Amino acid sequence: MSDAAHSDHPAHLAHHFETSEQQLASAKTGMWVFLATEILMFGGLFCAYAVYRRNNPEIFDIGHRYLDANMGAINTVVLLLSSFTMAWAVRAAQMNQRKLLITMLVLTLMGAFGFMGIKYVEYSHKIHLGIAPGSFYDPHVDEHDEAVKEEATPEAVTQAPSSKPQVPATTPLLPADQQSNIAPAHAAPLGMVAAETEPHDAHGKYGGGDHGHYATQAELDMAFTFFSIYYLMTGLHGLHVLIGIGVIFWLIRRAVRGDFSSEYFTPVDLGGLYWHLVDLVWIFLFPLLYLIH
Amino acid sequence: MSDSEQHDHAHSHAVPLHILMGVILALLVLTFLTVAATWIDLDEWNIWIALGIALVKAAFVGLYFMHLRWDNLYHGIVLVCALLFVVLFIGIALMDSVEYQPDVTRSPTRNVSP
Repeated sequence: MSDAAHSDHPAHLAHHFETSEQQLASAKTGMWVFLATEILMFGGLFCAYAVYRRNNPEIFDIGHRYLDANMGAINTVVLLLSSFTMAWAVRAAQMNQRKLLITMLVLTLMGAFGFMGIKYVEYSHKIHLGIAPGSFYDPHVDEHDEAVKEEATPEAVTQAPSSKPQVPATTPLLPADQQSNIAPAHAAPLGMVAAETEPHDAHGKYGGGDHGHYATQAELDMAFTFFSIYYLMTGLHGLHVLIGIGVIFWLIRRAVRGDFSSEYFTPVDLGGLYWHLVDLVWIFLFPLLYLIH
Repeated sequence: MSDSEQHDHAHSHAVPLHILMGVILALLVLTFLTVAATWIDLDEWNIWIALGIALVKAAFVGLYFMHLRWDNLYHGIVLVCALLFVVLFIGIALMDSVEYQPDVTRSPTRNVSP
């Protein structure tokens, strides 16, 4: 479309734009408006989280024991690093460094796959325990006590190397509904905060937890809404990571083909913005889901 | 954002590498801080500290990785407005929830298993 008639009109420039600058600015504005709608969509889930946590803080304390803070922290670092390589990729595109651009995009892609790999390990571990989303929620701590312990031990060791060996329950736990009354919103910590936070307290006040930082069957039965929120938030975020993987693949293909230059790098820039938003959402998800005190 | 003018025509304004490096370093340190903050018990302050650190991290990502510091101010306004609406949404929902929670606390469905 941009040949003979306008010899000074580069191939990437749509004919309704005056300049490449104007085209990029328009594309960016459109992208930012799209990102705003993304934030609003995630905002609905954050709202569900806030209301449910405000009303049932003790259930969040139970539920988060089944989220491995180490896995979450590693995933945070992986995603931050891939955001960094993406920002570097945009810089490389702006500076005509094609090989560096491809390298950075491939590193970003590896970060995305690494994130999904860790997420897969986390999800499958939970589903193995019957902590599945929605109507599939059927946790089995008691029936498969031994299996659960075997599952739990390696994690407990990595999380709290200094904690005492697993001890059997000495004090029967209170019925779940009474617990929620004696351990209201902002009372002292329940003592069952994740083992890595207070190694010497991990088996303390809560009545001798039988699985280290894990919960009892009755407690876990109450936590199904927590895990619905968990699966929805991380699931929608994971879907965005998967879409991001597709986008980065497409960018690599075009970069290899030599489509991008300092004159035209709009797709890299917009793909980067999208990828950074995925990172932004995770920055809030990680402390809110994994680091509940 | 006053320098957005001078960058309007700098079509390929590339963020200097040392800034990108510094930002990722800051983000990693803040990630460690947010984990470390859970080692001490500050009651209800823990979540506000965690959210505060997350907000600082988000600002770093937005300003530098997403170029908002050098970008058209309008894009920053779009982002901040979206965040404001989310805060408004959650804030009003929480106010409503706090108001009526005493009425539903004793609801028989509360502790029913699935």
